[in-house]
Amino acid sequence: MKLDLILRITTKLMLPFMLLFALYVQFHGDYGPGGGFQAGVIAAGMMILYALIFGLGAAQRVIPMRWVMAAIPLGVLLYAGVGVLAMLFGGEFLNYSVLAEHPEHGQHTGILLVEAGVLITVASTMLGIFYAFAERGR
Amino acid sequence: MEALVNMVLLTLMAVITVGIIRMRSLFGVAILAGIYSFLMASVMIALDAVDVAMTEASVGAGISTVLFLATLYMTRRNDLPSVRSPVVPLALSLVVGAALIYGTFELPAFGGAATPANTHIAPYYLQNSIPQTTVPNVVTSVLASYRGFDTFGETVVIFTAGLGILLLLRGRPRAGDAGDVVAGVDGDGASVGEANGSSDDVNARKRASS
Repeated sequence: MKLDLILRITTKLMLPFMLLFALYVQFHGDYGPGGGFQAGVIAAGMMILYALIFGLGAAQRVIPMRWVMAAIPLGVLLYAGVGVLAMLFGGEFLNYSVLAEHPEHGQHTGILLVEAGVLITVASTMLGIFYAFAERGR
Repeated sequence: MEALVNMVLLTLMAVITVGIIRMRSLFGVAILAGIYSFLMASVMIALDAVDVAMTEASVGAGISTVLFLATLYMTRRNDLPSVRSPVVPLALSLVVGAALIYGTFELPAFGGAATPANTHIAPYYLQNSIPQTTVPNVVTSVLASYRGFDTFGETVVIFTAGLGILLLLRGRPRAGDAGDVVAGVDGDGASVGEANGSSDDVNARKRASS
């Protein structure tokens, strides 16, 4: 496995920037293009690249399959939880305006949390699908 | 200029589609499909839909290509030549394609200010996004807030897709109580026998490969 030295070094250099770009797309989604879905697939793509170059075992030591399995429903629960929280605060399901004192702040908080839920579910689903495929090939 | 760029991209996509149909090497097909997705992402950028371009580039060109290659690793590299005559599928594709193109004649001109897409509810979003949500990117505020319920549905769709694939690929029944696990998975008594059969098949293949 020494022959792919250039691939390994280049990948190592690229990975942090890919993760940073995913986080940028996630948290800058309020101002520029992007959001939870795009950030999720970019983050999952980073892990998949890591697994392709350094092996499935190395990737699963970083993010084990049971974390992925736990994160897939976690994102949906976070999204639904924000909706239920809005109901507890006296609004309708997913009406973020009631989440904070000012309706605009509530909207902003709600959008942030909901996008985080989308990110978690999308990233872990993509990674889980890749893990499942790659494990069959072993 | 933009029309020229679009024309070049769409022509390349058509050429690649023909290549995908003609090619027997499945490795080449997987790579061509990835190139097709990158061209599609470029078209999306030309249409000013950068979000969609990002999704297309990372899902279509990145993750899908990897999944195709992972599948190829487990199967043969070359497609067998088709034994059936291509006349009926070709005629069907041509008719459906012609019907779709005929349908586009009724659509309003792309980007026109007086189209329903730009006069119905979009002005409301554009005017109220910042005062109501403090989010300048209207796409985000529409997706996450005004249409939050739809996005919740989409998230559940992704969750369901992941669940289905993980059950199919990883839901191996334990030895001994295979029936219990399968029944617990789909809860449908009628299909238990069938599911059992397929899991035995999987086990047999695993034994054969190890």
